[in-house]
Amino acid sequence: MDLNWSETQAAMRRELRHWLERNLAEWRAEIGVELSGDTREGFAQQLLWERRLYEAGWSAVAWPEAYGGRDGTLWDWLIFEEEYWRSGAPQRVTQNGIQILAPSIFEHGTEDQKDLLLPRIAAAEDLWCQGWSEPNAGSDLAGVSSRARRVSGGWVLDGQKTWTTRGAFCTHLFGLFRSDPESERHRGLTYLLVPLDLDGIVVRGFGRLDGDEGFAEVFFAEAFLPDDAVGTSVVLGEVDRGWSVAVSAASTERGLLRSPGRYQATVAGLLDLWAERGGAAAMRRRIAAAWMLVDAYRLQTLQTVTTLLDGGDIGSEASLAKVWWSELDIELHEIALDLLGADAELEGPWSKGHQFSLAGPIYAGTNEVQRNIVAERVLGLPR
Amino acid sequence: MRFGLDEDREALRSTARDLLAELCPPAAVRASWTQEPDPAAWRALADAGALAVLVPESEGGLGLDETYLVGVVEEAGRAALPHPLTATALVAAPLGIVDTTATTDLGASGAIVPAATYAEAFLLRSDDGLRLYEADELEIEPVETVDASRRCARVSPLAPGELVTDDAAAVVAAFERGVLGTAAELLGLSHRMLELTVDYAAQRHQFGKPIGSFQAVKHHLANARIQIEFAGPAVLYAAYAMAHGLADSGRAVSQSKWLAGNAAAVTGRAALQCHGAIGYTTEHDLHLYLKRSWALARSWGGADFHADRVAASIGL
Ligand SMILES: Cc1cc2nc3c(=O)[nH]c(=O)nc-3n(C[C@H](O)[C@H](O)[C@H](O)COP(=O)(O)OP(=O)(O)OC[C@H]3O[C@@H](n4cnc5c(N)ncnc54)[C@H](O)[C@@H]3O)c2cc1C
Repeated sequence: MDLNWSETQAAMRRELRHWLERNLAEWRAEIGVELSGDTREGFAQQLLWERRLYEAGWSAVAWPEAYGGRDGTLWDWLIFEEEYWRSGAPQRVTQNGIQILAPSIFEHGTEDQKDLLLPRIAAAEDLWCQGWSEPNAGSDLAGVSSRARRVSGGWVLDGQKTWTTRGAFCTHLFGLFRSDPESERHRGLTYLLVPLDLDGIVVRGFGRLDGDEGFAEVFFAEAFLPDDAVGTSVVLGEVDRGWSVAVSAASTERGLLRSPGRYQATVAGLLDLWAERGGAAAMRRRIAAAWMLVDAYRLQTLQTVTTLLDGGDIGSEASLAKVWWSELDIELHEIALDLLGADAELEGPWSKGHQFSLAGPIYAGTNEVQRNIVAERVLGLPR
Repeated sequence: MRFGLDEDREALRSTARDLLAELCPPAAVRASWTQEPDPAAWRALADAGALAVLVPESEGGLGLDETYLVGVVEEAGRAALPHPLTATALVAAPLGIVDTTATTDLGASGAIVPAATYAEAFLLRSDDGLRLYEADELEIEPVETVDASRRCARVSPLAPGELVTDDAAAVVAAFERGVLGTAAELLGLSHRMLELTVDYAAQRHQFGKPIGSFQAVKHHLANARIQIEFAGPAVLYAAYAMAHGLADSGRAVSQSKWLAGNAAAVTGRAALQCHGAIGYTTEHDLHLYLKRSWALARSWGGADFHADRVAASIGL
């Protein structure tokens, strides 16, 4: 047990803090009014930001330098996240590539796939969206029915994906397709890497709860996907065995997608709001309680990272954190709205953040499903 | 940076766990509802050095810090050990009160003191600080409590006792150690109640299936498991912060108590609900742990008290 950051880690934190301050100011001067990254114009602004991050080596701190990272550890990643969210920098439009696809490439990809795809992800050149959900396959993802038919030199894709975050602005989609037409459930699925500009693919963006075009549905009609459409093999893992690749991504998404740094920043915002607006003793306690939940998440993450660095595995335990951060985020935003009182209905960061927080218990596996996982796989209750 | 118990600390904890499993089974907790607790477990803990973890080696102790002791105290909670481990090992020992079974009123209002019918040393708050009394220097008036194994009494001094400290900071530190121990006990109790219920949910059948296969039951227990998951690191951090004299140790201790109290409340409710009527009888063991958790959740400051301390420390 040693909770001191090393001198190198502390130095990285200082350097990053300084860099963020300067570069956020420069970027904001460059773009003018900062828009939501879930709109086309805002997405374009945030790409400029992503490129800045990449050029300074901050886009994927825990990756090897050869792939565009900084050779950092998970500790460096945690520090990065704390400073990043503290600085008020925008959400990461590269998140699906960096945090969900890339870990699967590291685990299941060929050397070629790593060499070609990872640097392009870090550099925000390829912008990936996730294609799991379909109109008839939500929580029950094994119900995927979009098809990939093997033909000479590639695959022919048919079907539909939906709820694809920022799909209308991305260049590529990763997801599961049924490659064995005779198969059922989680067998016979292949994890494919798909450029969205292929003939036969139509992407339609549409409004999320806050009205921004953050969702898309993706239609595949006899779309031909050449075997090397991404410059290397489009199959991640083995043909017909995509399920296990997808599962590893799901656990990453739940466990490390939302770092404590985000909620530390949100709770800091609540303290400012309290300083401006004040409130009754019960509200003061509620804020203190929320602060404790955030800090408990921070401490639990230190424990999780220690376990991972010791060679342990988080697996199903990731579900514990998923429920915690998602429910916590709603509470933080509801507190903010209550502090704002009648002003809460004004469009602004808190009302927008509140709407987004409400998605937390739905995406990355609903919290009902997470509780099933905790009960069955962590506690060992009978199915 | 490394967050977690290393081998030495785990070894001490598992020693405590094993000996408590043997010497403080539910039957022993149950027996102490009607008579003074069997001293076997307490003696074994003393022999293992668990009561003197914080006592310097030069004085016959282990000379270790709170991060070693907290796991042992959690195990005492898991076993619902009736003896005053927190008071003796965490509160009294660092004040130089050693080789004795000590109890204290720092954690209670109205001077209700647990283990008062058999403790040898009493650490009581006084106008000038903390004072130490022997049993025969006090009027000890047993009271009936919901968890009778706590063997509580109202105590009032008949003599001046001995001044242990008149330093306000030392009084606060003593209180905070008690809070930390109580948080650790609550964590252990939560683990125990959850284990009992997971076992029961696998055995008990209704509608031709184990009740643990019903989603409502699963979700109750998942909620408990989640609360426990996030209270654990906070308790360990509080121990670390105290051991290293960190500036935020007072806050960390309050946070750990608040979270562990919450975990015990959620787990206790889930455990009782998922047992059905069998849990609602003193003939079943669950109540031993449940009632202890109720008492501890409101001792050494309840949820609001600790939330207020945290609020003040973060500038609210
Ligand atoms: C903001 C946001 C972004 C998203 N981004 C993406 C994306 O980029 N790519 C992508 O592929 N998908 C994305 N999704 C979709 C997300 O993965 C699904 O919404 C999720 O898997 C749930 O599926 P569903 O919406 O079809 O709900 P359903 O599965 O139909 O569930 C409806 C309700 O029934 C409950 N339920 C279902 N099964 C069970 C069960 N076994 N036990 C108990 N309760 C159950 C659910 O918990 C839920 O409350 C996103 C969703 C949101 C809200």
